[in-house]
Amino acid sequence: MITFEAFYAAPPALTAHAPALLVVGPLIGACVAALSPNSRWAWMISVGSTIFAVWMALCLAGEVARQGVVNYYMGGFAPPLGIAFRIDALGVMMALLVSSVSAAAALYSGHALDAEVRSSKHTLFQAGFLLCVAGLLGLVSTGDAFNAFVFLEVSSIGTYALIAAGERRDRRALPAAFNYLIMGTIGATFYVIGVGFLYAATGTLNMADIAARVVTLGDSRMVQAGFAFIVVGLGLKAAMFPLHGWLPGAYAHAPSLMNIFLSATATKAALYLMVRFLFGVFEPGSDFAYHFMAWVLGPLAGAAAVICSIQAAFEKEFRRVLAFSSVAQVGYILLGLSIGTTAAASAGFLHLLAHALMKATLFMAVGGVALHFRGRTLDDFAGAGRDAPWTMAAFATGAASLIGIPLTAGFLSKWRLIEASLAAGQIWMVVVIAISSLLALAYAGRMLEAIFFRTAAPGAERAKEAPLGVLVPLWILAGFCVWFGIDASLPESIAIAGAQALMGGRP
Amino acid sequence: MSAVLTHFNYVAVIVLMMGGLYILLSTGNLVRRMIGLAIFQTSTGLFYISLGKVSGGTAAITLDAVSAEGQALAARAGAEQVARYGVEGVIYSNPLPHVLILTAIVVGVATLAVGLAIAVRLREAYGTIETDEIQALDRVLTAAGQVEPAP
Repeated sequence: MITFEAFYAAPPALTAHAPALLVVGPLIGACVAALSPNSRWAWMISVGSTIFAVWMALCLAGEVARQGVVNYYMGGFAPPLGIAFRIDALGVMMALLVSSVSAAAALYSGHALDAEVRSSKHTLFQAGFLLCVAGLLGLVSTGDAFNAFVFLEVSSIGTYALIAAGERRDRRALPAAFNYLIMGTIGATFYVIGVGFLYAATGTLNMADIAARVVTLGDSRMVQAGFAFIVVGLGLKAAMFPLHGWLPGAYAHAPSLMNIFLSATATKAALYLMVRFLFGVFEPGSDFAYHFMAWVLGPLAGAAAVICSIQAAFEKEFRRVLAFSSVAQVGYILLGLSIGTTAAASAGFLHLLAHALMKATLFMAVGGVALHFRGRTLDDFAGAGRDAPWTMAAFATGAASLIGIPLTAGFLSKWRLIEASLAAGQIWMVVVIAISSLLALAYAGRMLEAIFFRTAAPGAERAKEAPLGVLVPLWILAGFCVWFGIDASLPESIAIAGAQALMGGRP
Repeated sequence: MSAVLTHFNYVAVIVLMMGGLYILLSTGNLVRRMIGLAIFQTSTGLFYISLGKVSGGTAAITLDAVSAEGQALAARAGAEQVARYGVEGVIYSNPLPHVLILTAIVVGVATLAVGLAIAVRLREAYGTIETDEIQALDRVLTAAGQVEPAP
């Protein structure tokens, strides 16, 4: 097993403040990028601050490996007066995921922005992107329920603007962004109402303190109402079925940079917060949380995995297929979590990491081709395998992982999910995973068939190979997809450590 | 009936909240939808602030007990409360929800600004701010397999 110590290297002054610097780095980067004179500078700042965030996340990983949990009090004020950042193995997993995907997306953005966003808006786009990154990193490291809302909205407001920036290519990005803004704000407001109920019942906003006091309250109506509001609110943000209506449009019309970033991190971060509340605040041992997971979360997740895969199989537009597939894959993750055992949660987190990796690969491949190519539908991509073999080979790797073909990351995580559901005696989940995988074969197969086995219609616009600046991060991601399928010790150790930190020693 | 009267602040919050949501979902006009969203968000502000209010409590600014103001407050609070809450006899409302909602208001204003900015761009790109008309325009283009960039 590879441990976190292997990565650990930073001066002690930086390590001591790594939780704050993780968020502050991209935040300052956002301000500087907004003021920078041209697109090139903004890009360099964007790459620099996301790589800094990766470094800080690695420092934190080292600290968590040594201490177990890192508590950082903002400004030195301990709770209940101040805001505390609380980072355990699960928080580190998310921080590493968000920062590394954002670094890959920032590298990619050098080429992508020229093609997809108005040149006058490049600096602001990078600033918005860094705000988004800062918000998500804050969301996964804070231990304060209201602070989490602020970070959630910092990242979301950035996301609305960035999705709308897709208008240069396709004006449908504007209604999609508006729709997402409405849905996202309703979700965030529901979350605030839920936190208000919890605050009224417990008198604190610190998640660890809320958890300690909720136990003593027993069967409190107010706590249950708060729970319902929080789950629905975060479910909207995480595109949990059936609250995913905003997602396909937002993914299909946004700049390709946002596809990569959103699918791999934004919905996952909201999911992380929901999991924190489910397992960390409302003990799954308590009746209503247990019933919710067994009778609502599990069946909805199963329905997502099947229904959205069917929708994906009937979509015509390339990126909408991938978007519906994302909702289905979130279903897998929730399926694992709804079982409520540590092994199942670790399988869910492994799938979360694997899905982030493969969706980033797929969207980057599609985006890389789309830099000089305006095709959107499956028919437009006919023959792309011949015109852009390297890019489309990476796409095929990601698609193989999505289906769950052995020797890819997606196979292993699905295998672990099946193992966990068999161990819990939930046979129907195995059936759901099998059906959904067959459907994945159908929709991924349709895409691959169009790319590799069909020839382009005469006179149609042809795809072009992605530039080297896109191919390098793309193949790094695709390489990880394969590597983690052969030797998954790194993601598995991270996922198991995260699940153990979340469940706190429960079976 | 008395339950409604003692919880009238929650009644007001629920009415505002549902009113906001209804406006949001019932109209296709983008500006009206933003108004509904703003009302919806404001209702949470009222919810938090009424949570923090302690009956008979004053603003959470420490008062000097011997000052004229402090004396007046102590007199208004009455002997019973002075006996219960100490020499100063002044009860403070909980300031934390107010501070929280100040933050939430800022977030709400930012959301409103972004939303209205997108509505302005929509008007420039489509020439309308009615959701139905925008969808109709998109349907025509999608059927023809075309993509229209914004101006």
